[in-house]
Amino acid sequence: MEKQLFTDKFSYVFGDQKFFKKQKRIALKNCGLIDPENIDDYIYAGGYTALAKVLTEMTPEDVVKTVKDSGLRGRGGAGFPTGIKWEATAKQQNDEKFVVCNADEGDPGAFMDRSIIEGDPHSIVEGMAIGAYAVGASKGVVYLRAEYPLAIKRLQKAIEDARKENLLGNNILESNFSFDMEIRLGAGAFVCGEETALMNSIEGKRGMPRTRPPFPAVSGLFAKPTLLNNVETWANISSIIINGAEWFSSIGVDKSKGTKVFALAGKITNTGLAEIPMGMTLREIIYEVGGGIPNGKKFKAVQTGGPSGGCLTESMLDTKIDYESLTKAGSIMGSGGMIIIDETACMVNIAKFFLEFTQSESCGKCVPCREGIKRMLEILTRITDGEGKTGDIEKLEELGNMIKKASLCGLGQSAPNPVLSTIKNFRQEYEEHVEQKMCRSLVCEKLLTYTINDKCIGCSACRRACPAGAIAGLPKEPHTIHQELCIKCGKCYRSCKFHAIDKTSVAKEQK
Amino acid sequence: MTSHIHNQEEINKQIKDFIAEILKQDRPDSHLITVLHKAQELNGYLSREVMDLVSQEMNIPTSTIWGVATFYHYFKLNPIGKYNISVCMGTACYVKGASEILETLKEELGIGVGETTEDMLFSMHEARCIGACGLAPVAMINDKIYGELTPKKITDIINKLRKEEETK
Amino acid sequence: MNTIKAFINDKEYTIDSGLTIMQACDSIGIKIPRLCYHPKLSISSGCRICIVEVEGMRNFVASCSYPISEGMKIHTNTDAVRKARKDILELILDNHPKDCNACVRDEVCELQQLASTIGLRERKFEGVRREKYVDDSSPSIVNNHEKCILCGRCVKVCSQIQNISAIDYANRGFDTVIVPAFNDKIANSVCTLCGQCVNVCPTAALTEKNYTQDVFALLNDKTKIKIAQVAPSVRVAIGEAFGIPAGNNMEREIAHALKLLGFDYVFDSQFSADLTIMEEASELLERLNGKGKLPMITSCSSGWMKALEQFHPDLIDNVSTCKSPMSMMSSIVKTYFADKIGRKPSEIANVAIMCCVAKKYEAKRPELAMEDGTPATDYVITTRELAWMIKSAGIDFKNLKGQDFDAPLGLSTGAATIFGVTGGVMEAAIRTAYELATKKPLENIDITAVRGNEGIKEGSIEINGKEIRVAVASGLGNAHKLLEIVKKDPERYHFIEIMACPGGCIGGGGQPYSGIRDLPFDPKLVSERAKALYKSDELNKIRRSHENPAIIKLYDEFLGKPLGEKSHKYLHTHYKQKFPKGIIRKSKEK
Repeated sequence: MEKQLFTDKFSYVFGDQKFFKKQKRIALKNCGLIDPENIDDYIYAGGYTALAKVLTEMTPEDVVKTVKDSGLRGRGGAGFPTGIKWEATAKQQNDEKFVVCNADEGDPGAFMDRSIIEGDPHSIVEGMAIGAYAVGASKGVVYLRAEYPLAIKRLQKAIEDARKENLLGNNILESNFSFDMEIRLGAGAFVCGEETALMNSIEGKRGMPRTRPPFPAVSGLFAKPTLLNNVETWANISSIIINGAEWFSSIGVDKSKGTKVFALAGKITNTGLAEIPMGMTLREIIYEVGGGIPNGKKFKAVQTGGPSGGCLTESMLDTKIDYESLTKAGSIMGSGGMIIIDETACMVNIAKFFLEFTQSESCGKCVPCREGIKRMLEILTRITDGEGKTGDIEKLEELGNMIKKASLCGLGQSAPNPVLSTIKNFRQEYEEHVEQKMCRSLVCEKLLTYTINDKCIGCSACRRACPAGAIAGLPKEPHTIHQELCIKCGKCYRSCKFHAIDKTSVAKEQK
Repeated sequence: MTSHIHNQEEINKQIKDFIAEILKQDRPDSHLITVLHKAQELNGYLSREVMDLVSQEMNIPTSTIWGVATFYHYFKLNPIGKYNISVCMGTACYVKGASEILETLKEELGIGVGETTEDMLFSMHEARCIGACGLAPVAMINDKIYGELTPKKITDIINKLRKEEETK
Repeated sequence: MNTIKAFINDKEYTIDSGLTIMQACDSIGIKIPRLCYHPKLSISSGCRICIVEVEGMRNFVASCSYPISEGMKIHTNTDAVRKARKDILELILDNHPKDCNACVRDEVCELQQLASTIGLRERKFEGVRREKYVDDSSPSIVNNHEKCILCGRCVKVCSQIQNISAIDYANRGFDTVIVPAFNDKIANSVCTLCGQCVNVCPTAALTEKNYTQDVFALLNDKTKIKIAQVAPSVRVAIGEAFGIPAGNNMEREIAHALKLLGFDYVFDSQFSADLTIMEEASELLERLNGKGKLPMITSCSSGWMKALEQFHPDLIDNVSTCKSPMSMMSSIVKTYFADKIGRKPSEIANVAIMCCVAKKYEAKRPELAMEDGTPATDYVITTRELAWMIKSAGIDFKNLKGQDFDAPLGLSTGAATIFGVTGGVMEAAIRTAYELATKKPLENIDITAVRGNEGIKEGSIEINGKEIRVAVASGLGNAHKLLEIVKKDPERYHFIEIMACPGGCIGGGGQPYSGIRDLPFDPKLVSERAKALYKSDELNKIRRSHENPAIIKLYDEFLGKPLGEKSHKYLHTHYKQKFPKGIIRKSKEK
């Protein structure tokens, strides 16, 4: 009944759109529907009834069991079973424990955490209060990106309002349970999404990961037992408590229960957030929810899991979206970034983009990540610059596989994924770059040839734009480009208003 | 940009007062990043003097503070221009041509990433995904987001800001 | 102790529980290669050299931090592990200069040894390297960024052991560097120049400032009288640089070698240690009689003196005004001894051979200069530098016959010998102070309360019916702790000895690199050096500084009496606050 209600509400607010039809909203249930700055709105929509329920009707063990039975897994990336984390933290004997919300959303292209906090901040407050009750914690910390000012403001207000209503603070709702929480801001370091780096950052240190064990459940924030979940995970908790573990586990497939929010981006008609039940295929989400590829272009790949994930091809589009299937296909669920790539993109260049990201975000603590990713990036750069050497692809594989297995934390262990998965699925493109100095997608600038065709009217715009003086021609007469002078910057191409400059990349003779 | 309004003494006093409040809490050292955020907000950037002050007031060695300040990209160690331009280099923006926007800005302003124009008007940074992927490619100028940028559009925006400054 | 059963390389072992995989493997005789690990420092598992395979784990695990557990199946030497280690080591070397032959740590470099152990034979991934940057701003320590592999031992020893935090990681990822605050120079930082970072650095990223070329040049200068002095700790450590086991006293070989190198006179800093005791014990008695502040704190450790000026300026008046033995010797050589041999001070060059890198800074302190402004001590070289000079000059150190130090400034007592160990200055001072004050012999002169390896030691002795309470700290971290107590309770002690380096001078920043070839960082090393010094004290017929005949003669002929006018002129000095002011992190929150 409940689900029906929200679907109806959605249709009422947004109209009956295909974009929403296939979705199922649990984590995003209130986003866009309630006033996030008004606690009454949240309560009117059924908010805090789950907290009241656990405080009055459930023991902490009951709560842990419910979460465990629901089959909920971490939505931040690795998909560790949430209930097991809760159980492990609850088991620890300590006078001080923490619950932490990881809101350091860092995957480029993913913004579901921001949307949840901006659209439904109380769901996080409530989820964390329930978690704290279950594991016996009295303090909560939300580690939130400083780049999200609106989210900071709304969550701060939610916390203050909840305090006023005795939903946070001492003896919550006249129970024996006391819990309060605070926001700590990140400062622009992707690696702080890694749980141990995040805790170091909350402690005011450089966000460098710690070695595990000990796991946070045993020794986490300030060396105290700590329960750490991501925003979307916390947002699922109240619904699970209200509707029961069985309801939640009826959604989804095998080992992946419930829903997952994806941020659709890239070359897709409907960009934005979509919450879909686990088990939907990639094809469904791309073509039905996402509305397919715009501008009549051909689909080439879908990248999931952000810089830690991989690229999947056309032939894998019927892969189900669940933790195991995506991993098996060579990518990961990740935090929910989904970038659709069309035929105009060069896969080597895409891999380089992700690697540039992880390379600049590596904390520098361990050698494989700090030094290894740099070397991989250098190799990739020379490949896209047309200076690739035979054997480079194998070196990328060797380094990538070593870095995956030997790095200290999840960032390093997954950083080679975009490269390894594109080598696996698009090896031919790599080989073309290395052996034939060719980029079939016309992206890698150094591999391009610019020529002037017969549409040229001799306006001289390209000649003036050329920084290398490589273009010659008299006014009102067709111009020509001296290839040996051309630095392939593309300025002529951009300056021409007559489509008179052709950009091509052709296989070079092998020496 | 409060630094233009207050003098340094006033800024230092506010930082000290802020730290004094922090020191009353549990585990004050853990608030170092919070304090640096505040100091940057008040001072515009983290100067050596400001970090020395934080060090003395919080009893944290300067080398530790320097280590933290240089680890996080959010902290600026040099004065920044009046208009702080962050070009989003997130995946969605990248796929939709963010590097072209960056190149255009480099040419137009004559500065590189992380640099400030001589007239202290513009600073330029690369940003991690700012979560506005629907509008890709985007740039943020101070707190305002500009979406669906093209090289021409960003040039126009810069010129408009320049003109505004001239007429002031 | 509980035990567990685990499999290492397919063999079952019974192993103490609570160990890491590395410790467990150590216990059965397998030394897993390691790099950033150091037994006295926190574990960061950053270098990944010590990875092993554990069955059932997807990734390699770092053996230095991963606890071994019941039934665990560990493989330390599979093809996959060996290959990964090789790749990791190559990545480190790819960002490191290829100039081993021209490097000051050639042959004594841990990284070089590791490359040989791992069997690195090709280089596949070379690319851009860390920027060249050499900070040689300080007279003691040189930081060469190009050679830094970011293992972090220096950062940890500076913060965790010394609680100075002069350096830390800055920037991140590939751009990470280890620098003082604000990328400033070491000379402008709170660094006390104790050199413990140099001792733990596996490469030549942190080294002492090398003066061996200057000293060789000096030795060829016919116009100068070249005088060497040797600190107590040098003699029990230098052998290690020649493959002689720790704890062998090589003082006669050193004296011989220095003569062969071309020094005209070889004196012993132990002589001036006796002199220091005369002055310091007298100063203590004066302060106990109400003239001056208590507790009195020793002043012979150069690293501690810089720490005093930057971290504890409020205690400057508590510190003894005595110069260090090195500076007293230099001063006496250029005055009393110069007169004796009929030379001008400017014709004499003093070279001090020290276990210390901070002494290089001390030698350049303007307040310790001669009247004409030239330094009293012209050059300071470390034990390591001397060992190299001896090798470089082709001197067969191991097989030297050996000879005595030169008279009169080469004569010393057992009390001076133990200056090199934490608690030694205290013990020596008590021996003399007691007898000067009571005019009675001290029955048991082995004052064991202040001996031993603990970081902070306490004791008391009755002098003329009054209980004199003393404390000893070695390592600046321990010193901070002790001084915190003193600041809260200024009456608690009368006399305090502080040494900047853990274990005292025998653990100084200029001592031979330990454990390069075999067992890394043998903790027994320092205690072997200490034992040798105590043994030498025991064997000495004279064990009280005030009984040293050469000292008695010096006072007769030149100084007059302790704390007299000449003593103040030549043997005492003053300290003043220096900036930047250091921050002492409180021991533990709450």
